[in-house]
Amino acid sequence: MTKEQPMNATFTRRLFLRAGGASTALVALAAAGLLKPTRVLAAEWQRDAFTANTFAGALQAHGASASAESRDIVFSAPDIAENGAQVVIDIASNLPGSQTIAVFAEKNPMPLAASVRFANGALPQLRIPLKLAETMRVRAVVKTADGKTWHAQKEIRVTLGGCAG
Amino acid sequence: MSEPIKIRATLQGEITDIRILMQHPMETGQRKDPASGKVVPAHFIQTFLVSANGKPLVEGQTNTSVSRNPMLAFKARGLKAGDRLVVSWRDNKGEQRSDEAVVGAG
Repeated sequence: MTKEQPMNATFTRRLFLRAGGASTALVALAAAGLLKPTRVLAAEWQRDAFTANTFAGALQAHGASASAESRDIVFSAPDIAENGAQVVIDIASNLPGSQTIAVFAEKNPMPLAASVRFANGALPQLRIPLKLAETMRVRAVVKTADGKTWHAQKEIRVTLGGCAG
Repeated sequence: MSEPIKIRATLQGEITDIRILMQHPMETGQRKDPASGKVVPAHFIQTFLVSANGKPLVEGQTNTSVSRNPMLAFKARGLKAGDRLVVSWRDNKGEQRSDEAVVGAG
């Protein structure tokens, strides 16, 4: 990014953020050469979604309030976690066109734990360790290229909470 | 000064298994220091990027719910032994770290 174009760059990023799922706007920007693929990937931290302090609020800010449950998302996690500071979950999406996976810990103070985007041959799957404050549902939300959202979830019993330690 | 990112990438048939250990306290901002009784400020990785041969593979955004020193695992198609992986992260204090590894034969 050159020094001559700071306004332009900021403007582009805002447009991108506002555009959200509006693929036509993105296509227009890409055609204008304003959005390079690397910049699309190096997205800013989704502040609204990450700082939402309710499950419903975090889902809404992530654009995932109306996701449908899918059996094509494989969610592996322990039924019971003795140590809530380190609960390893594995998520793999078999949905065609899977682009991102987000992980929500329903009862944590800020439920959205992570959001990951896959490209250039990366398979839509991840393993990530979470802190869980108490027994709760953990939900994986997958966004597909057609703009739809899907989820799979699991209740994980926590015997020793992970946010105090 | 941040600790190095440990990266292990191994080719297994057509798929490369990528494991990344990002050494970071991942402080929630809700924990009290037992000695002083004061709240330890939030300090956590907000974004990370895994790229191979200069192309982004995985772009992630994380919050305080991710464990301390998290070990992440991913899989990718289309890499070969000797390909160069770069992993970088940036946290809420603006600290950054970037490390590299080479894909190893399985």
